[in-house]
Amino acid sequence: MSAATVPRLHRLTRMQRRRLFYGLFFVSPWIIGFLWFTLYPMGASLYYSFTDYNLIKTPQWIGAANFRELLGDELFWTSLYNTFYLTVVGLPVTTIFSVGLAVLLNQKIRGLAFYRTIYYVPSVVPIVATSIVWMWLLNPAYGPINTFLGWLGISGPNWLRDMVWAKPALILTGLWGVGPSVIIYLAALQEVPQQLLEAAELDGAGAWQKLFRITLPMISPAVFFNVIMGVIGSFQIFAQPLIMTNGGPANATLVYALYLFRNAFSYFKMGYASALAWVLFGIILLCTVLIFKTSARWVYYETGGNR
Amino acid sequence: MMAANLPAAQNMLRTSFRDSKRRRERVGRLLVHLILLIVGALFLFPFVWMLLTALKSDQQLFSNQWIPNPPVWSNFSKALEYIPFWKYTLNTLYICALSVAGAIFSSVLPAYGFARLRWPGRDLLFLIVLATMMLPYQVTMIPVYIIFRNLNWINTFKPLTVPAFFGSAFFIFLLRQFFMGIPEELSDAARIDGLGEFGILFRIILPLSKPAVATVALFTFMWTWNDFLGPLIYLSDINMYTLSLGLQQFQTAHGAEWALLMAASTVVVLPVLVLFFFTQKTFIKGIAVTGLKG
Repeated sequence: MSAATVPRLHRLTRMQRRRLFYGLFFVSPWIIGFLWFTLYPMGASLYYSFTDYNLIKTPQWIGAANFRELLGDELFWTSLYNTFYLTVVGLPVTTIFSVGLAVLLNQKIRGLAFYRTIYYVPSVVPIVATSIVWMWLLNPAYGPINTFLGWLGISGPNWLRDMVWAKPALILTGLWGVGPSVIIYLAALQEVPQQLLEAAELDGAGAWQKLFRITLPMISPAVFFNVIMGVIGSFQIFAQPLIMTNGGPANATLVYALYLFRNAFSYFKMGYASALAWVLFGIILLCTVLIFKTSARWVYYETGGNR
Repeated sequence: MMAANLPAAQNMLRTSFRDSKRRRERVGRLLVHLILLIVGALFLFPFVWMLLTALKSDQQLFSNQWIPNPPVWSNFSKALEYIPFWKYTLNTLYICALSVAGAIFSSVLPAYGFARLRWPGRDLLFLIVLATMMLPYQVTMIPVYIIFRNLNWINTFKPLTVPAFFGSAFFIFLLRQFFMGIPEELSDAARIDGLGEFGILFRIILPLSKPAVATVALFTFMWTWNDFLGPLIYLSDINMYTLSLGLQQFQTAHGAEWALLMAASTVVVLPVLVLFFFTQKTFIKGIAVTGLKG
């Protein structure tokens, strides 16, 4: 943005002023919403994060005490670890699974629409219903998952009540909702120029070579986009742990957003929760910047065309 | 002899090579179908299991009997007694209807302003629109709650509907991309004919943008119908619950009554499934075009 786009009103011609008026008029619903629900709350939440505030008494300025408290708060570190676990383990699993499905769907097979519908359906189910159904599927005694594992001679774990298996259980539940990512990857796959693949075939490339040398590099911008959105989304996972485990067992699924929510709406520590929110924002920004920095190495952009 | 037979032999070799390649392709395709079918069955299984469980008696439930025999249809009526289904449906529909109207109004106007009008400062503001998409909701959640609390809006539907009237970055972005694809000449011609900006928007742009507006309406409806956090924060009166919140509260209170829980879940899930089956093209296109997640 150059300085020229930030105009001084008195320097505008009559025509430009008219245009500005029209433009602002059309955009005004968003501007009001931005001021009311984004900009002011951001300022307020930054202010609260330096205060002690329980909704009843007026906020008391306590400087950086909330942030200092955070460093020594064991549950903060636990929730951070749990969230990182879900991101670092869950995101690659989800990405590989959905890219794999999209590649299979892209094999010029019959019944594409049929499969697409089946894979998409779970992601329109309300998260509350998804969580409840999966609690039942994962039930150690009567759930079909452990029954099935039993047939294979494996005695299944106590999933949601097991310190080790509770987080993988959440990831497994999440896999049921990969539909939208599959659709995005499929759209990207369909844009891969056919000539490139044919040329490679003439040069004697096999199916795997075509996949790893051409197709995957060509869809890397879509992967990049999905990974960024995935990181942002994964740091905000909330409903599933709340409903399925309520953070248990022994805080094994106490994720960051859940801990923040409890501080705000169970303990009414609004100042502390605001500090948590800003730390979360910082972490998300940091991760996004890191992914952007590494993207030059693994994201392929055609010259001229990009997302 | 040799010389005459060579091309024929080459031909035979070539066809057999082509045949084997074709055969390999056919086997490959069969394998692809097999994998897709197995994964598809796994994706559908939770629905099947939900329905089967919903029809079981307690005894059938805990005896590892897979098919309910006889099916206990009364589970559904019992579940609907626990959850005042019709009341919660009306609450949810009310919030959804207002949210859809609000989302359309508040994203069509700004999207037009960003896509089809030229004015100083436009690009800077649009950059801010995009930037707000990166902001985690937790940062604004607490002050927004306090704003609504000071307005005495807690335990009303207003916190769940009013914000929809003030623009969502995602939808403004989606509609702007769509509006930008409509040829500028159409607007110019209309301007020459004396149509104002509102006339152009309502008589030319919107009629051409029905699929995009439908996408906005559909996503808003689905997200609002499925929303859990909003009702959880703002609604405490049991008569004002939405379906999602009602289902969760039912789960908290009767966590072990699996048959009833599954019956209630089926009832909550069914309307979205029906809506999805009728509108899936709009849905899937919207996802593919914008990279939005449902």
